[in-house]
Amino acid sequence: MKGTRILLSSLLVTVIAAFSSITLAQESGLSAELAQGKAIAFDRRKGNCLACHYIQGGALMGTTGPGLVAMKQRFPDRQRLITQVTDARLNNKNTIMPPFGAHGI
Amino acid sequence: MKTKITWCLAIISIMILSACSDSETLKGDTEVQPAVQASTVNYQQKVNQDVKRFREFFASKFPNIELEEFVNGAYAIDAATREQWLEIEEFPPYEIPVEEGQEFFEAPFANGKTYADCFENGGIGIRQNFPYFDEKTNQVITLELAINQCREANGEQPLDYGQGELASISAYMANESRDNVFDIKVNSEAAYKAYMAGKQFFYSKRGQLNFACADCHLKISGSLLRADILSPAIGHPTGMPVYRSNWGELGTIGHRYRECNKNVRAEPLDYQSESYRNLEFYQTVMSNGLVVNGPSSRK
Ligand code: HEC
Ligand code: HEC
Repeated sequence: MKGTRILLSSLLVTVIAAFSSITLAQESGLSAELAQGKAIAFDRRKGNCLACHYIQGGALMGTTGPGLVAMKQRFPDRQRLITQVTDARLNNKNTIMPPFGAHGI
Repeated sequence: MKTKITWCLAIISIMILSACSDSETLKGDTEVQPAVQASTVNYQQKVNQDVKRFREFFASKFPNIELEEFVNGAYAIDAATREQWLEIEEFPPYEIPVEEGQEFFEAPFANGKTYADCFENGGIGIRQNFPYFDEKTNQVITLELAINQCREANGEQPLDYGQGELASISAYMANESRDNVFDIKVNSEAAYKAYMAGKQFFYSKRGQLNFACADCHLKISGSLLRADILSPAIGHPTGMPVYRSNWGELGTIGHRYRECNKNVRAEPLDYQSESYRNLEFYQTVMSNGLVVNGPSSRK
């Protein structure tokens, strides 16, 4: 459980920071966590977010979910973003996005 | 009192229906209602309604695709990969397995009999009749199950269900049945129960990744999951068995089901388990009216 929490928090940092127009250099304080989040997001055995989402810097990306761009502007409510990743079913009950937190993925 | 309850139920069901998305309403009933007067229920008619709605869903999702095209999986809907596939089909990778399948099919068992003795019309041109619901044993009989039942009835060991000799025999039998039209019947309460179990399976979420077959092959069919275009579920069984280049050999539909289950980190079921046979029954009924075009090749 604790492991999942850590994964999720770094994922979120990545989702929020890396996909807005902020560059890695500007976020140097966060960069270790960012790199970790990115690794999880891109890893097929972990987040595998690329299966469905466009994320800047990814390859072989799916088109099932919306592109993850300009997240800071589109998600002023950080809690909604956290919910989206921990259990997307709470934002949309018919979602096909896996419930990463709830299923401990 | 009674009318009040009926009204409540009606209102609740309207609420539920209107809260559902397109693919949710398509799902409709997945529970078998106990038949009050069994003899008056026309199961085939109920099932035909399902088939109609299923077709309409894909017709509106892919308005430029003719119904007959759906036998070609993802290549029905994706022009780019279709070109490469058509080239592959000129020298199809399943040609040798089909020839081998014919040899296996014609080779006599130890008792001198052959597969031809087990099947209608000597086993030629009959692929479209499978899977069917056997009213005597109350279960779905797939072609692969029938092949092994034939072996066992003749004192031979059953073959592995996923790949290899059995898949080749199945490929030969499909090849001899090309262009014959599927028309799978659901004529009894027991058959309808098996059909509904298959339907339930198709729409149920499973695995750590929490996906239903319907999520990938209905709701988001046509979109890319990584580098794969998700094939529409209509026509799924017609081209089976299938040669996939990443398998490097032919595989039965059961092999595909297990792989799709594993992909969502669900425990795959046993080959020819009742659930998979019911699923294949349901999927084939949904493809009624389409032709046999197996075996087929996929990238
Ligand atoms: C199997 C497909 C799939 C996977 C894998 C997936 N998502 Fe999603 N995601 C979706 C879909 C579809 C939506 C659209 C909203 C909905 O239906 O819930 C979505 C929406 C989102 C949103 C909201 C975006 C918006 O504009 O509304 C975020 C953020 C998100 N996903 C992040 C992630 C992250 C991070 C991962 C990996 C850890 C991930 N997703 C993996 C399918 C997926
Ligand atoms: C996470 C997504 C996903 C889920 C869930 C899924 N599949 Fe698949 N399926 C795929 C992919 C990817 C392929 C390969 C591309 C293609 O042909 O569609 C595939 C291929 C198939 C094929 C072969 C199609 C062909 O033309 O050769 C069949 C049949 C099939 N799936 C049936 C099912 C059934 C039945 C279920 C539920 C038990 C299921 N799938 C669940 C992703 C999925």
